[in-house]
Amino acid sequence: MKFSEQWLREWVDPELSTEALAHQLTMAGLEVDAVEPVAPEFSGIVVGYVMTVGPHPDADRLRVCSVDVGEDAPLTIVCGAPNVEIGMRVPTALVGAKLPGGHKITKSKLRGVASFGMLCSTAELGMAEQADGLLPLPSDAEIGANVRDVLGLDDVSIELGLTPNRGDCLGIAGIARETGVLNRCAVTEPTIEAVMPATDRVVDVTIDAAEDCGHYVGRVISGVNPTAKTPLWMQERLRRSGVRSISAVVDITHYVLLELGQPMHAFDLDKLQGGIVVRRAQDKEKIILLDDQEITLSTSDVVIADHQQAVALAGIMGGAATAVSDETTSILFESAYFDPTRIAGRARGHGLHTDSSHRFERGVSPELQVKAIERATALLMQITGGEPGPLIEVTQSKGLPARNPILLRADRLRRLLGIEVADSDVTDMLSRLGMTVELSDGEWKATPPAHRFDMALEVDLIEEVARIYGYDEIAPSDSAASLILRNEPEGVAESDRVTDLLVDRGYQEAITYSFVDPKTQKLFSPSLTPVALSNPISADLSVMRTSLWVGLTQALVYNLNRQQSRVFLFETGLRFIPQGNDIKQEKMISGIATGVTIPEQWGTDPRAVDFYDLKADVEALLDLAGGGDQFRFEAAEHAALHPGQSARIMHGERVIGWLGKLHPGLQKPLDTPAAVYLFELEAAALSTGNIPAFTPLSRFPTIRRDIAISVDEATDWQMVKDCVISAVPATLKEVIIFDDYRGKEVETGRKSLALGLILQDYSRTLVDQDVDGIVSDALAALGKELGASLRE
Amino acid sequence: MSDLDQIVSAAQAAISASDDLAGLDAVRITYLGKKGVLTDQLKSLGKLSAEERPAAGQAINVAKKSVQEALNGRKQDLETFALAQKLSEESIDVTLPGRGQPRGGQHPVTRTLRRIQRLFAQAGFEVVEGPEIEDDYHNFEALNISAHHPARAMHDTFYFDEHTVLRTHTSPVQVRVMESSEPPLRIIAPGRVYRCDSDLTHTPMFHQVEGFMVDEDVSFASLKGIIHTFLQRFFEQDLQVRFRPSYFPFTEPSAEVDIQCVMCQGEGCRVCSSTGWLEVLGCGMIHPEVFRHVEIDSERYTGFAFGMGVERLAMLRYGVNDLRLFFDNDLRFLKQFR
Repeated sequence: MKFSEQWLREWVDPELSTEALAHQLTMAGLEVDAVEPVAPEFSGIVVGYVMTVGPHPDADRLRVCSVDVGEDAPLTIVCGAPNVEIGMRVPTALVGAKLPGGHKITKSKLRGVASFGMLCSTAELGMAEQADGLLPLPSDAEIGANVRDVLGLDDVSIELGLTPNRGDCLGIAGIARETGVLNRCAVTEPTIEAVMPATDRVVDVTIDAAEDCGHYVGRVISGVNPTAKTPLWMQERLRRSGVRSISAVVDITHYVLLELGQPMHAFDLDKLQGGIVVRRAQDKEKIILLDDQEITLSTSDVVIADHQQAVALAGIMGGAATAVSDETTSILFESAYFDPTRIAGRARGHGLHTDSSHRFERGVSPELQVKAIERATALLMQITGGEPGPLIEVTQSKGLPARNPILLRADRLRRLLGIEVADSDVTDMLSRLGMTVELSDGEWKATPPAHRFDMALEVDLIEEVARIYGYDEIAPSDSAASLILRNEPEGVAESDRVTDLLVDRGYQEAITYSFVDPKTQKLFSPSLTPVALSNPISADLSVMRTSLWVGLTQALVYNLNRQQSRVFLFETGLRFIPQGNDIKQEKMISGIATGVTIPEQWGTDPRAVDFYDLKADVEALLDLAGGGDQFRFEAAEHAALHPGQSARIMHGERVIGWLGKLHPGLQKPLDTPAAVYLFELEAAALSTGNIPAFTPLSRFPTIRRDIAISVDEATDWQMVKDCVISAVPATLKEVIIFDDYRGKEVETGRKSLALGLILQDYSRTLVDQDVDGIVSDALAALGKELGASLRE
Repeated sequence: MSDLDQIVSAAQAAISASDDLAGLDAVRITYLGKKGVLTDQLKSLGKLSAEERPAAGQAINVAKKSVQEALNGRKQDLETFALAQKLSEESIDVTLPGRGQPRGGQHPVTRTLRRIQRLFAQAGFEVVEGPEIEDDYHNFEALNISAHHPARAMHDTFYFDEHTVLRTHTSPVQVRVMESSEPPLRIIAPGRVYRCDSDLTHTPMFHQVEGFMVDEDVSFASLKGIIHTFLQRFFEQDLQVRFRPSYFPFTEPSAEVDIQCVMCQGEGCRVCSSTGWLEVLGCGMIHPEVFRHVEIDSERYTGFAFGMGVERLAMLRYGVNDLRLFFDNDLRFLKQFR
């Protein structure tokens, strides 16, 4: 809601500066978004009276005028505007005048004729972007008077960002009422009197949709002068409210909407077929609206119809067929009340949002219709003339809002706000807000006024008291809460540790969008149909990610394209996997890496990151959840990973993640370098922390025995390790691998593994004989199960 | 001048002349070894008479001792010298950079979220997360935003179907927690939220922190208290804070909270559009309708709730001037928040 401060001050004039008024409104919940001057700075522009207009000797387009500016002699001014004519009053910039932007008017010669000033258009006064001629001033403007005073340009437009509950402030009247309440000062409404009918022309009005429309007021006015112009004062008020002037009739409806908050409509009476019916639309009924757009209606829409067809979408927009034009001489004014709960959402359903629907959705007082139509009629008579018919008024009580008394308990008020406020103050505040208030036994019964649609509950009244009392006046207090210590399960790993661990290991955290490009995602999860947004912001952000790898890969490429050669990123966040009718939203931890293992540094040979570097990072993560043998890596294939360098990570029988090298086939479509490594883990798998359990220390030394075995190349380390562990007794503390060699000295198809067996007993020192036995048991099992042979 | 004196001075000359431990040892052997000059002298004692022998023996021992002392002294000197030389050879340029894996870094949003969480954790607020694909009920209905409520239009919701949305705020977590737990409650719910809006100052995804407290004696004054303290602690400044009446369907009374502009200290600048104030947070007392939906007795319990934009706080705290940087994941940006 944008309005002129001058206009408001005609209604209510508190002793406050513009700045203080704006602050007061903001602090009362009517947030001031902007305060802007209605015209830029300028000076030396006065009302001039054009006495003569003559041709220019050397220019067809220019005229030489003599202009009375209230001085002893008229000024000669050369003017190029097409609409200059004798007898008009126009803004005249005198020699020495400063125009907006600082341009100074000097005596000049235009094609040989001296000119002592300039006649101005609205554009030159900075009141419009462009103008097609001089600005004609009212004929009663005093010659020589300062144009700023004549047009009241020392004014500001105040723009309010109103919350949806304050529909009552979508008009000067409402803002004035609120300003009056805040300042305890009188509000003066313009006098609005019932217009005496000059004819008895009426149209028949019926309300079929009684629950949608509780009140419909109309009036026929005939003999309207279609060429009458909107007076400058009204144009200016509209302009300062951000509304463009269209025609006198339409401008009047807009003016009343801005002034009182009542949306109005004017039909061309001659285009209406019979009377008016307010009804639900028929299914698939069509209407062409004022903006020439044809829309198809359904039975949930309410229309204003004549006896032939729908002529307006009720409370939203008029129809093209019955719109007023510059030939309209008879009109039907409409001023109606539509139920906000029933009209809500209908405009949006058709992709519409109008000043009218904006107000009806928030609630227009059901007591405003007659006043508004009287106001509009009076203005119309004044501007276009015409013969008003009698008021046509139809009421359907079913469609009118009830205003029931609301109970407010003093103790509840104090408990919820945490303040002490005197009963009499509460009564006063509620009364000032237009409520009928009764107080007895610490309880108020308050009936809200018709214009407030946000008052039904006790808490609604409490909010009003807080607002008028002033939020700033409520002293902050410390909360009191019990000091019960919460349960802090040690067996649940702290989620922050995951981030910290990866950060400490050199990864940079990224946050990528949860919606991704479906084509890119298909490369990572070809078998999944992702969850798709029905209204995505763009095609490349249209489906929910099934893996964090999609976004991470894009972030990696983004950085590689910006002179980074080493990129280690991770992200935590949800992935979205469709499961039947459900969507599994699962928190994942994912990483991506390319480039050298550590940034270039002196004294170290750079080495490209590989599978085992990332595996170490994954193992460190798994270690947060207790690590050890509960997690296993198995060679397995994944659409996005190199088939020979990919592992699924198992927790028991469950796959909890993947690790591997990006599939070479994806390099080109994703525009990545050759060696990109990725991991992704379910965060839940890391959430079970480890509660340490003590095992006694052995007093006896450990013994290490190294062996080298030759096995088939396809035999993986996990198989060897499992075999050794199951083959020998608990004296085996650990089996480690310290070399994996293929090539010369090992026959083709086989590899050599160097193992270290670390043995220890709790009851004695192991002797060579024990160790030999264990080693030969291990070798026997390796030979039998994996075809391994000892390399001498 | 006896032979002995000559021997000792010759030995001392040889000791001084030796410049390494091997040379020094050779001198030792020459004089004190089994066949050394002084050892020979001792052997020749037998040729002397019994009367002469003690004095001569003593003289030889004195000579030996003095040679030995010279040897020891020289040895120590040589060792000290050798050590000094070794140390000098081993010295390095201590200003060369250390080697190894440098630390990565947290995303500034995470950094900010953690700071918020830590501050509220002091007052016993527990962190809870919720789903990002939400049903209409939790995102709107239970928060008193009915199907055609004008507030819905302000939310620019992403839809999957009529009943499923990407959450537009973290407030549904409030509903989910209250559905499943009994007061007293003190909860912080951080997370991603989504609005169908993308321009210079809006990204379609951003982060919010929802916080709420429900107990038997929670008032608007206590809400003001905790928010006021939080903002001052977060910015580590004795900031001016103001509460303005506002409207959210799920709180009443509702407020928007402004802080004195942290860029210009309230003088008025580009960041605060010359108002001196920055809007940072929305809050209010939990609406009885919300309590009704989650079956909490609003006569017995009252509560407050608040929600704040994490990127906004991060921008103000760290002086970031472009929201979109948060999701470009440019390392040059991210590395500034290690």
